Amino acid sequence: MPKLTVDGIEVEVPPGSTVLQAIEAAGKEVPRFCYHERLSIAGNCRMCLVEIRPGPPKPAASCAMPAGDNMEVLTSSPMTQKARKGVMEFLLINHPLDCPICDQGGECDLQDQALFYGADTSRFEENKRAVADKDMGPLIKTTMTRCIHCTRCIRFAEEVAGVPTIGAVGRSEHMEITTLERAVASELSGNVIDLCPVGALTSKPYAFNARPWELRKTEGIDVFDALGANIRIDSRGPEVLRVLPRLNEEVNEEWLGDKSRFACDGLRRQRLDHPYVRRDGRLHPANWAEAFGAVQARFEGRSGTKIGAIAGDQVDAEAMLALKDLMQALGSPNLDCRQDGAAAVPGHRASYLFNSTVRGIEEADALLLIGCNPRWESPVLNARIRKRWLTGELCIGMIGDRYDLGYRYDHLGDGGQALRGVASGRNRFCAELKSATRPMLIIGTGALARSDGMAVLATAQRIAELNGLIREDWNGFNVLNRAASRVGGLDLGVVPGEGGADTEGMLSGAVDTLFLLGADEVDLSGLGGAFVIYQGHHGDAGAARADVILPGAAYTEKSGTWVNLEGRVQRSERATFPLGEAREDWAVLRALSDVLGSPLPYDSLPALRARLALMNPVFDTRDEIVPAEWHRTVVEGRVDDAPFASPVSNYYMTDPISRASETMAVCTEAFLAAETRDG
Amino acid sequence: MNGRGAAGIFAFTADNLKAANAILAKYPDGRQQSAVMPLLDLAQRQLGWTSPAVIEYVADFLGLPAIRVWEVVSFYTMYYREPVGKYRLHICTTTPCWLRGSDEVVRACKEKTGLDFGETDENGLFTLLEVECLGACVNAPVLQINDDYYEDLDADRTAALLDALAEGRPPTTGTQAERLNSAPEGGKTTLLESDARC
Repeated sequence: MPKLTVDGIEVEVPPGSTVLQAIEAAGKEVPRFCYHERLSIAGNCRMCLVEIRPGPPKPAASCAMPAGDNMEVLTSSPMTQKARKGVMEFLLINHPLDCPICDQGGECDLQDQALFYGADTSRFEENKRAVADKDMGPLIKTTMTRCIHCTRCIRFAEEVAGVPTIGAVGRSEHMEITTLERAVASELSGNVIDLCPVGALTSKPYAFNARPWELRKTEGIDVFDALGANIRIDSRGPEVLRVLPRLNEEVNEEWLGDKSRFACDGLRRQRLDHPYVRRDGRLHPANWAEAFGAVQARFEGRSGTKIGAIAGDQVDAEAMLALKDLMQALGSPNLDCRQDGAAAVPGHRASYLFNSTVRGIEEADALLLIGCNPRWESPVLNARIRKRWLTGELCIGMIGDRYDLGYRYDHLGDGGQALRGVASGRNRFCAELKSATRPMLIIGTGALARSDGMAVLATAQRIAELNGLIREDWNGFNVLNRAASRVGGLDLGVVPGEGGADTEGMLSGAVDTLFLLGADEVDLSGLGGAFVIYQGHHGDAGAARADVILPGAAYTEKSGTWVNLEGRVQRSERATFPLGEAREDWAVLRALSDVLGSPLPYDSLPALRARLALMNPVFDTRDEIVPAEWHRTVVEGRVDDAPFASPVSNYYMTDPISRASETMAVCTEAFLAAETRDG
Repeated sequence: MNGRGAAGIFAFTADNLKAANAILAKYPDGRQQSAVMPLLDLAQRQLGWTSPAVIEYVADFLGLPAIRVWEVVSFYTMYYREPVGKYRLHICTTTPCWLRGSDEVVRACKEKTGLDFGETDENGLFTLLEVECLGACVNAPVLQINDDYYEDLDADRTAALLDALAEGRPPTTGTQAERLNSAPEGGKTTLLESDARC
């Protein structure tokens, strides 16, 4: 443990730390542009120069200098200050003075650091260089003249995203960052916008929309996949203008997938802003009383067994509980939160959780992927797998369709046969799992949402038990859920009751009255003449088929609880108000229950949340993991030989919001449509 | 030599493939990507310039992303990113050569060929290129033509040199002045008792 002093403060840092880390440990600040905690060290911006004694009589780049014993680091000595001023002057030589028209203005590292560490005037009288802008695709806007060549974007693309398509061509003054006119084909590409310390890479959809100080920043939870990435929702007035990641080391570090980041323009289109009732085959705008009246008329005297409800993928736990309570009050056992019908054992959390936790991936040394495409089902989680793989400690096997995941894996087979092979110890990958100290498997909902899903689940559990994935201090069995609502729904038991129909049953005629709570990814063609009530925020598939539409709130418009795939309970705050007549979902259900004559026993959010915790004590926790007890499921039946495939055919459009988003449509065209046409 | 088209497909000839594998064998296991520069050189000698197809091919050959090879190619002036003439005139204009009159050499080259830097004449004979220090400052100013150095130039010597090249009789490489290598002009001034020729 090297011991050194920083401005007279004594600090002790772990071996291998840099001087910059030691300075931070001492609570001092060092300006920097190229250095980033999660990227390799480049040491090329020189902004972090400090004076180090003993040593040569010149400042050293603290980001690249290993901390040594008895070093004396000076972060505000005349030498350091002069060095910083000099570096800043060089950086500004070719940087345009276009802050007033630059989108980075107000949140620009260069702007801030020039203020604190730079000189007040420029001595440079020659011409500044100009650089042609590059095409980096539909999400990243480039103004390359502003680039200061920190190379963060290059390192991010290569190291984190695993798509080495950004590079620096030319040399010295002619160096330029480029992608060779190709879009950055990564689901994480938007993160380079956050990483860029200047206004060279900015958000194309958000271009010239707002200044950071005009925005109201709300802490939220992402609902476009089940990871539950922590986000900051930036809104102005009634509009969500952009979504940025928040730091959470346990979940998303500081990354965010492109869909989560850019689909927010879908919140402005195709919205349901007042109730509708279908008359004479057409949907007519109505008021709440008329809509509730139409629902009541349908429910009047109808047996609960003929009524069913399906909760969609983005629904919050509060709304799902209200739905469940309402269905129970109506005497209906037909309830499901699984649109895809993926197998899970409600009540046994370990059967549907990502038990190893996301951070646990960084300890794993053997990983078996079964029927999933983590790159599309949860790109940020995939980056975590890649991060571990890059260390060389992780050996990966894969059963199912092949995908380009950004890391190499051993393809063991396509379907059931390979899975049974692993379960019976005949597969070559069993040795890897058995010899590993932290083995894990990740099974996708694509493999579980088949008619033999329960058998697949049971087989995967057997593999986990036989290969030492289940230990006292380690659970290597992981389900890669895709729906943000899924774990919360299963925790609340939003599943068919005694004798009740599941999603598939309800959709194939088991009920004649169906309540869809934000459920749009189901095949409604088999419903026949059933009466459909759709509650949600977008005019998508469900609303198109509905007889009554109850407008609800999108994820940015309500304070809601979501449980991520690890079982982490997280709360999102309201950034904007629901549109028009729309109301928060639980409140709509509460009001409807009144009309139906069986009022739900809560009339405030705190009361509803108290009931959440009553239903499942896990809802009493916040942002923490409660390890789930292991139960093995015993199922009759055999795993079918059919190949396992991921259910996601287009990462950019998986839900009502992203399907309504113009940006996501452009991405689909740019990244997928061309490929499909060729194929 | 393969065609000069900008697009097209590139592949090593059988001989060059053998040479490429010999180059690869020089690098330790798992470090074969370090062979990127000699392989690019080999490919450029085969095609005459480093076309995008060459870059893609070498990238594939080494399992490198194309952008990484682009970075290398764009860093060095020795890789030609456009088709070039039979004689590539690399004029050093870095400080020592400049002090010794590289401006004259540049002027003579431009007058003689009618080209500006980066241009190739219609007959595909000359390409004019400005390069940084060639490391032969002792005999500055220096002009590198293809793989050979021509040193101690001035306007007249440069003009004569280009005439000779145009007529297809390349002059002796090295210094164009009356001296041996970089020994003093007019005979040696030290080590006079030595028998060494000068």
